[in-house]
Amino acid sequence: MLDYTAMILAIGPELWLAAAGLVGVLLGAVLKDRFNSLSFKYGALALFGAAALTLIFYQGGEAFGGLVRTNTFVNFAKFVSFTVGGFALIMSEGFLKRHETIRYEYVLLTIFASLGMGIILSASDLMTLYMGVETLSLSSYVLAAFHRDSARSSEAGLKYFVLGALASGMLLYGASLVYGFAGTTSYAGIFTAETSIGLLFGMVMMIVGLAFKVSAAPMHVWTPDVYEGAPTPVGAFFATAPKMASMVVFANVMFTAFGGILDQWQMIISIIAGMSMLIGSFGALTQTNIKRLLGYSSIANMGYALVAVAAGRETGAGALLIFMTLYVISSLGLFAGVLAMRRRGGMVESIDELGGLMSTRPWLAIALSILIFSIAGLPPFGGFFGKWEVFNAGVQAGLMPLAIILVIASVVSLGYYLRMVKIMWFDEPKERFEPIDGSVTLTVLASAFVAGIVFLIFINTLADWANTAALGLPS
Amino acid sequence: MGGFPILSAVVFLPLLGALIIMGVRTATAGSFSKEEAGKENRAALLAGMIISGATFLASVAAFLTFDANAAGYQLVEQYAWYGAVTYKVGVDGLSMPLILLTTFLTPICLLASWNSINTRVTEYVVAFLVLETFMLGVFAALDIVLFYIFFEAGLIPMFLIIGIWGGKEKIYAAFKFFLYTLLGSLLMLVAVVYMFQAAGSSDIEVLEKYAFSPHVQTWLWLAFAASFAVKLPMWPVHTWLPDAHVQAPTAGSVILAGVLLKMGGYGFLRFSLPMFPDASHLFQPAMFVLAVIAIVYTSLVAWRQTDMKKLIAYSSVAHMGFVTLGIFSFTEVGVQGAIFQMLSHGLIASALFLIVGVVYDRMHTREIAAYGGLVNRMPVYATLFMLFTMANVGLPGTSGFIGEILTMVGGFQASTWAAAGAALGVIFSAVYMLTLYRRTVFGEITNPKLEGIRDMNMIELVCIVPLALLTLLFGVAPNLIFHITEGAANRILSLMVGG
Repeated sequence: MLDYTAMILAIGPELWLAAAGLVGVLLGAVLKDRFNSLSFKYGALALFGAAALTLIFYQGGEAFGGLVRTNTFVNFAKFVSFTVGGFALIMSEGFLKRHETIRYEYVLLTIFASLGMGIILSASDLMTLYMGVETLSLSSYVLAAFHRDSARSSEAGLKYFVLGALASGMLLYGASLVYGFAGTTSYAGIFTAETSIGLLFGMVMMIVGLAFKVSAAPMHVWTPDVYEGAPTPVGAFFATAPKMASMVVFANVMFTAFGGILDQWQMIISIIAGMSMLIGSFGALTQTNIKRLLGYSSIANMGYALVAVAAGRETGAGALLIFMTLYVISSLGLFAGVLAMRRRGGMVESIDELGGLMSTRPWLAIALSILIFSIAGLPPFGGFFGKWEVFNAGVQAGLMPLAIILVIASVVSLGYYLRMVKIMWFDEPKERFEPIDGSVTLTVLASAFVAGIVFLIFINTLADWANTAALGLPS
Repeated sequence: MGGFPILSAVVFLPLLGALIIMGVRTATAGSFSKEEAGKENRAALLAGMIISGATFLASVAAFLTFDANAAGYQLVEQYAWYGAVTYKVGVDGLSMPLILLTTFLTPICLLASWNSINTRVTEYVVAFLVLETFMLGVFAALDIVLFYIFFEAGLIPMFLIIGIWGGKEKIYAAFKFFLYTLLGSLLMLVAVVYMFQAAGSSDIEVLEKYAFSPHVQTWLWLAFAASFAVKLPMWPVHTWLPDAHVQAPTAGSVILAGVLLKMGGYGFLRFSLPMFPDASHLFQPAMFVLAVIAIVYTSLVAWRQTDMKKLIAYSSVAHMGFVTLGIFSFTEVGVQGAIFQMLSHGLIASALFLIVGVVYDRMHTREIAAYGGLVNRMPVYATLFMLFTMANVGLPGTSGFIGEILTMVGGFQASTWAAAGAALGVIFSAVYMLTLYRRTVFGEITNPKLEGIRDMNMIELVCIVPLALLTLLFGVAPNLIFHITEGAANRILSLMVGG
């Protein structure tokens, strides 16, 4: 007999999203094209509702005989993912309308992708994890190729699909090895299982699969291509909500299932983190397309986040949540800035097109500069504390080489972040951008204000939430 | 504690003013026609001057409640912020004069820009006010993380000031300035994180008493020195300075020479000496060598310059060498002399950059060869220029003399050779300054464009005369400063012994 109360406590937000997705399909079937524009409000309602439900069931629970187990650590990530996902959806509407691709399927795919994020975060069993990963990935492949008439978009979707399928295969293969040697698929069971070479093999395979999902080097190559090719609002979505969810899932798997053998994987994660930081920041130096640049920048930032994972549960879990929260808010704002880059009906994507933005649209330039400095981790903006936390965790865990790479990568990354600021502030003004959607302006200004200034002054509040949430991890 | 948070008010008043100016400009955007743009610009500058003037008055008010005889930090405010990191500000005899110097120079900078800055004036004023907040924060912070935040934040507005309103090579200079300083700062950040974890607190007063093992001290000292040596700047990491100075607008150079360089010396005195006394002793010979090289070598480099601003920039490096010498003598007279030299150089170098700016605004060249015979057309200018030339050389009666002689006395007590080397630098400073003066001011007018040059106007006089008066005042009555700095200098030295 199912215990419905426990089930709702554990997966209330996912049930809500699944229901919202299915009702959306029905509405779409009935209303047809009339649903297209309305669907964005519907989708935002679904995602913000899921975020609210996450807060209501924040303490989490267990369901389906241990296949799903939520706690405050993953619920924190769920809340952030659903919220930024909702914002990413709201600001897509104008873009899609202008490209005449405004269709309710976009919203439904976003809802299903969010459902996948919810499932992977709730998973406490490799089977649930894989199910969620596929729900998220399949929706994402279609979203990347959403502009099906555009060669670039189709190429992005195909690339993402082929490489993603390979990574999923790796993950599944690793999971089956782990199952074979541990005799169980539940995280708790793997935690207590005896360490064997086969189990470690499986773990490494799973790390490869998960590293692909968070676009960490050397499984990062798809990121710049997909960010560039996918329609900009899809890029904004990819860079924020799934990143938050996947990274926290990555940490959750390592801490919960393989937490007992930290010494076995700390080195692997450290190398992945170091490579991501260096490849991301050096790779971005020569980019001229702003979406590709943001792609490389996200690789580097995932490297910073992985430093917190490598630091282990006690020191790293809270730091990871703080860093990722500040990162996804800033990232959302920067992509909203890319959405604002529109001239005479066409989107422009070259960084040089931002030239003299300070003269033509001062508030946009100021907000973007704050976001850039914040994401670069430069004081006096909130992002500084994200990096401070990660750095602190790394030093505390004795990962000095990694901490030094973090410093080097930060200086290198300033090279391209400063170039963007230089173009906006120093260069000759270019023609003014077309009027910007209200939702886009709001997202840029709000994320700059929140990530840059609110969380500078009230960083303690965020850190309290995150550190308390991290205590929810089973030890 | 309790009462009105006067120090925070001083620190954040300029930032508040900057926000108001931005808000007003957004509200009135488009309501000025092209012809009235000049009026709008002047209004922005005027507002900036009123705000920075008010900040100066507020800092004077803070100074009046400051008790020079009391030991330790005063006007302390502490609020919970981020776990063990607190918002803690306070002043002592070391930081109070530097705060006054900052609030005093900022309105002068804005006034000096009255005629020379004509593009994007509102942003210019906002950048200066934001910069002022960060500079004041650096001197007022009593929490090492808070200090770091202000220290590094100051890079952003200065980057914009050089990059937007600078000369031909401004982009290069702005990037060099930023990345050079940032690399040093990040090494300091590594040390800050380590200290924070070791001591469990980021409170400067706690860290001053925390005894790091000598081995650890060595590394921490090096990390901090990487940052402060770049900022001061010391030879051989001074190369960003001439570029930044030459490309920055006049007011930017003034702030750079007047305040930003002082952060390096302040950092050595606030952190390196009291917190890492063993390492400071260990590195004393090295610092003396670097200081003497800075004094002698950069003086010689200054002599060969053809660009007036570059000459003064190199002379700044040389004068900062005296500061290093005084600080690392670990004697009361040396440390007091170093603080005095920082203040005195803040006045003299600022004035010299303003003086170069006066002729640059008229002739749009800084080449020494383009001038000559200015005394025939600009007698007032020549007089003031003479005064600051002599002050920079270290003529008795000016504040430059007191700073140089005291740091050398301090250096002499620690190392005869270092003092002897520094004395050589004093001679060189006379050589290059007098050469500069002779070639620009004396002689016949050879450049026909100079025939119609006008003497200083009212605005320029209002900028420079107060600096001249203070230079003379502190040269004649240095006790005005020593009275304030004595307690702080003794406290730093006693921490070194007892620490």
